[in-house]
Amino acid sequence: MKPRHKRFALIGGGLAAIGIASALVLNALDSNIAFFVTPTEVVEGKAPQGKIFRIGGMVKEGSIRRDNLTVHFAITDTAREVPVTYTGILPDLFQEGKGAVAQGRINPDGTFSATEVLAKHDENYMPPEAQHAVDQAQKAQKTIKQ
Amino acid sequence: MSNNKIINWFKYASPQSFYPVAGRMIPWFWGLAAIFFVVGLYISFFVAPTDFQQGEGYRIIFIHVPAAWMSMFIYLVMAFWAGLGLALNTRLSSMMAQALAPTGAIMAFLSLWTGAWWGKPMWGAWWVWDARLTSALILFFLYIGFIALQAAIDDARRADKAGAILALVGVVNVPIIYFSVKWWNTLHQGASVSLTKAPSMATTMLWGMLIMALAFWMYSIAVALTRVRAIILEREAHTEWVKELPEVKQ
Repeated sequence: MKPRHKRFALIGGGLAAIGIASALVLNALDSNIAFFVTPTEVVEGKAPQGKIFRIGGMVKEGSIRRDNLTVHFAITDTAREVPVTYTGILPDLFQEGKGAVAQGRINPDGTFSATEVLAKHDENYMPPEAQHAVDQAQKAQKTIKQ
Repeated sequence: MSNNKIINWFKYASPQSFYPVAGRMIPWFWGLAAIFFVVGLYISFFVAPTDFQQGEGYRIIFIHVPAAWMSMFIYLVMAFWAGLGLALNTRLSSMMAQALAPTGAIMAFLSLWTGAWWGKPMWGAWWVWDARLTSALILFFLYIGFIALQAAIDDARRADKAGAILALVGVVNVPIIYFSVKWWNTLHQGASVSLTKAPSMATTMLWGMLIMALAFWMYSIAVALTRVRAIILEREAHTEWVKELPEVKQ
């Protein structure tokens, strides 16, 4: 083996070793890397008790209720939902049916008191007319089903 | 006869023959960069429609996404050249790696900065420690580390070797950045454009973004070639051919 072949082999081996090591580390850290927990995980008791954590999902349609500066809404992952209370200013993109992440604590009664609410934007970028067309199509589909 | 047709790539692996070739290529890349920037920015600001939800604020993607793509791609290219320099002991490869690092760092910084500007109005936070943002920040630090390490070692060849090892170790971070939004739940949205599915954005927006990405490509190539020429002059200053160059003689 020529010296440069040896160096290639060493570099390749080194890269493979680093790759495997980081894959194992990331795998071990999996749940800690997650930015938020889902409502299902909260209901199943997998969320940290008495500690601050983030809960993420969709803002349930028709669940937003305003009471002065305090907002009540439910975060859902379509399977389970968690009621959230938050006092403060919400980001512009915070809407029903859209993603949101709330940071705070879970109360003994199962409600979530948030100290911070972030809107989670999805990967769809389109003009208002296109969104209108999508809404119309979905409505039409609903009518057909009924 | 057939031998004449094949380009002898190894000829261009020597700084002496690469220097004039790079010099001839640079104006072309600058020209293409200018054209793509003008067309891309025009589409971005005047042709692409307003987003249904984010309004005009979404237009940051025309800088943010190309810069983020570039920052990851330049890192891969930089690590490739650095690794090649380490394995083959070719001086020009290491010089290419050194020339790419500052541009990559600028791209990484641009993506973080524009992202923060977008994040405040859209998410409600300048910065969050989710997997995508954190790994992108690490990429920026890797670039800075590479530049600093190379600058800290006086002997150029030893600096190349140390830098190459750092660059190669850092390569693991690139797939982590790219797939972070898929592997873990993050605040950062998933990819709007990927090889595996149809893009989830309006066509004119997509075109604006792709043309801007091309502009960033051309700019990066032009700048990297300009920089590698400067590095060649610096490192080969002791050689006869550099002393004979008209621009050096003056």
